[in-house]
Amino acid sequence: MSPREVFALRDYLGPELDGRIICDARHLISLTGILSQSCLDRGRGELSGRSVLLSMTGQLLSGLAMIEIDGIARRMLLCPPDLNPDHLKALIDDAGIDAVITDRPEQWTDKGIPLVVTADLPLRTAAPSQSERATEWLMLTSGTSGVPKIVGHTLEGLSGAIVAEGPSRGTPPVWATFYDIRRYGGLQIFLRAIIGGGSMVLSDHLEALAEHVARLHARGVTHISGTPSHWRKLLMSGSAAGFTPRYVRLSGEIADQAVLDGLAQAFPNASVGHAYASTEAGVGFAVNDGREGYPASLIGAGRDGVEMKVVDGSLRIRSRRAAHAYVGKSASALTDADGFVDTGDMVELRDDRYYFVGRRGGIINIGGLKVHPEEIEAVINRHAEVRMSRAKSRRSPITGSIVVADVILTADGAGRAKDIRDEILADCRVSLASHKVPAVIRFVDALDVTPAGKLARSDA
Amino acid sequence: MSTKLRIIAAMKEIAAEQKVNLPPLTDDLSLHETGFDSLAFAILVARLEDDLGIDPFTISEDATFPLTVGDFVRAYENVPA
Repeated sequence: MSPREVFALRDYLGPELDGRIICDARHLISLTGILSQSCLDRGRGELSGRSVLLSMTGQLLSGLAMIEIDGIARRMLLCPPDLNPDHLKALIDDAGIDAVITDRPEQWTDKGIPLVVTADLPLRTAAPSQSERATEWLMLTSGTSGVPKIVGHTLEGLSGAIVAEGPSRGTPPVWATFYDIRRYGGLQIFLRAIIGGGSMVLSDHLEALAEHVARLHARGVTHISGTPSHWRKLLMSGSAAGFTPRYVRLSGEIADQAVLDGLAQAFPNASVGHAYASTEAGVGFAVNDGREGYPASLIGAGRDGVEMKVVDGSLRIRSRRAAHAYVGKSASALTDADGFVDTGDMVELRDDRYYFVGRRGGIINIGGLKVHPEEIEAVINRHAEVRMSRAKSRRSPITGSIVVADVILTADGAGRAKDIRDEILADCRVSLASHKVPAVIRFVDALDVTPAGKLARSDA
Repeated sequence: MSTKLRIIAAMKEIAAEQKVNLPPLTDDLSLHETGFDSLAFAILVARLEDDLGIDPFTISEDATFPLTVGDFVRAYENVPA
């Protein structure tokens, strides 16, 4: 590949674009002139062609390091903050890691990694680098209990949906996300900010939600993304008042009609869209019509090199935005023989629209019948005084198992829990088969959300 | 409320939800004649476990499911809370 064909993040950060920033709760970094600055120590000069692990406490240094080594390193492996340290050795072996960039170099002295490069702030002046190669971006899957799988992407694939949508019109966007940018959903937003000529306001897991939203407001965030669980928590918190983004995006979980309507009400001047993406399949599509599910017309040989089909109820995607492989010694095939990724997300066709019903692996067994907890939650969430719910199975000496649901009410609903319980059960009986109707509804103050921003499903 | 009254109240609640016509709940009424199906009993046992803190049918490995309403109530009364 000739150097002209190599493009890396730095190629989107020309000095002519003024006023762009990246910030977290403590630091604000100007992206103007970022290419002649560095957050890395002298080891920076030795990173060319290496397989580099990014092991950083926070997102800001992670993002700056991504900008610096994309196009320089052979590979970079992004580690989300909640990575189990017991899994590190296997991941280092599988990815052939021979360098680490870290803000805690003392933790890496005895790990047998040939090159340890320290990252810290403030930035120092450095000679700009030239892109040498298309760096392989390695990300980790979330949601599995064992060692996460390593998924290999290129910047071209990762940015496929961003390039396809074209530059945003009007004033440059100020992006934010509730995700961590070391996960697929968060990385998409980081890349949107860098590639799309905007700015980026990072989250901080130690920051309370109200303070986070106040900071988003103060920084003039115009575009923001999160999972439905992130958004439900925000709507519940009452912190959204006064925050007026132009674009609100959901991904990572099923966006049901209740959360779409709730966001449209909370942000009347914003466009609310939900996107389908996965670490393996990449960005499939975005839907901006305010309705749950997606038009059946998206299925088939689609646009922008994304082709979708439904086989045995699950969505399959063949796409240039998909990962190219799982990486590692015992890595399984990422696609079938025809190049389709089986997403494991189950869909149903009703009236020319597909609706997500749940994960194949999340099915609970009720008396021998298969139930997706998500379809029960979608019915419960339709109640005006429900903010969030989780359906799960509970063992029963009579039928083996039954459905129970934990429900968070709005502040208004808390006073009439008994009536709401009866109303929810009546709604469920109308919309669901009898074995799917919750046997017990418990009202709770909070539901656990995983570090990836998804509702925690311990029994799934 | 006594254990028995709470059980009767829970049965009436579930009967209303499930649209079951509950006959008078006498002690010797067979559970079969209540009109409850296994799902209704599963709901009843789960709610009573939340309400009373016990599930006599799971605690004891050799528990046999009772035949009459009176047996059912005694299964709860005989478990040390």
